[in-house]
Amino acid sequence: MRAPDGKDALTEGALRASRRRAALDAAGMALAAVAFGIAYGLAARGAGFSIVEAFAMSVLVFAGASQFAAVGFVAQGMPWLAIVGLTFLLNARHVLYAAALAPWLQRTPRAERAVMAHGLTDESFAVGLAHFRRLGRADVPGYWIGALFILIPWPIATVAGYLGGQAVPDPTVLGLDIVFPAAMGALAVGVVTGRRELAAAVAGVAIGVGVSLATSVSVGVVAGGLIGPLVGLAVPHRPTDAPDDAAPSADGHDEAIGVAP
Amino acid sequence: MSLDLVALAVLMAAVTYPSRSIPLLAPGIERLPPVVLGYLRLVGPAVLASLAAANALVLVEPDGSTTFHVGIEAAAVAIAVAIVAWRRSLLLPAIAVAVLVVAGARAVGIA
Repeated sequence: MRAPDGKDALTEGALRASRRRAALDAAGMALAAVAFGIAYGLAARGAGFSIVEAFAMSVLVFAGASQFAAVGFVAQGMPWLAIVGLTFLLNARHVLYAAALAPWLQRTPRAERAVMAHGLTDESFAVGLAHFRRLGRADVPGYWIGALFILIPWPIATVAGYLGGQAVPDPTVLGLDIVFPAAMGALAVGVVTGRRELAAAVAGVAIGVGVSLATSVSVGVVAGGLIGPLVGLAVPHRPTDAPDDAAPSADGHDEAIGVAP
Repeated sequence: MSLDLVALAVLMAAVTYPSRSIPLLAPGIERLPPVVLGYLRLVGPAVLASLAAANALVLVEPDGSTTFHVGIEAAAVAIAVAIVAWRRSLLLPAIAVAVLVVAGARAVGIA
């Protein structure tokens, strides 16, 4: 039932519009996921994986960078313990994603959160967080829009690449390797809503690149994600800025933020 | 058909899932101090920007070493960011432009 003042209608309209936008955002990244899933399947075949092994990794691990790395490590004969340890380090950034989403999802049932965790990737985090911020509240179906656009095509593309990847052009020739950084950068812009977010993002860039050059990209990204927010917090708070604990709530009764720019 | 590496996939999943789930499942997130919640609000912009920049500006050499590289990839990401900063609803077209810029530059041999 709609409230007489039309607030529910506005909220419902904003919800639908934001979900559509999340789907559009995720669709572009799904294309890249398909291309790289095919490349992964082909690489896994070349490294001696069976099709079940390649598929199982895409379903169970569901983390592209560590899967590509594992293919290389297996081909080199690296001990499993080392591969597992490096996988942990490569995927440690997910801790930051989960911690950032947790305040939004505090009223989502624990079992549902446990399932959602498996779908948490760079892409689903970026799309989901932007969606939550547009709405000013959590929306679990909206999160799954971002997650399923990667979760479904990735294993399918793995199998396709394994079976017929030789016929597909190199994704880098098509420029598809730029989809990931372009999408992450553009989505970062989408979640910058004030001076503190801007400072955190700029610091994330500087620290992420600097530490990547000194160590590795995985470590750099985590360092940028950990230290950047501290720089953002150091920016003086203005009365017009959102309070630190303002946005993350999940009761569905926050005021909706406009979807259109 | 070999299934040995399925066990490796299970082990890799066993060390990946906790990093995805523990912060989501930890109790008491709503009782965190405001400054911690404020920190968590800023993780998104920082880590997304860090991901974009590290992937666009850092080149990983075959031996695993990293070098700073400003090329057509960084320009394409900057163009995508500029488009979305202008109109936030244009994410998909922004990505498409970035892909066209990089593919075009590579096709003509300038990248």
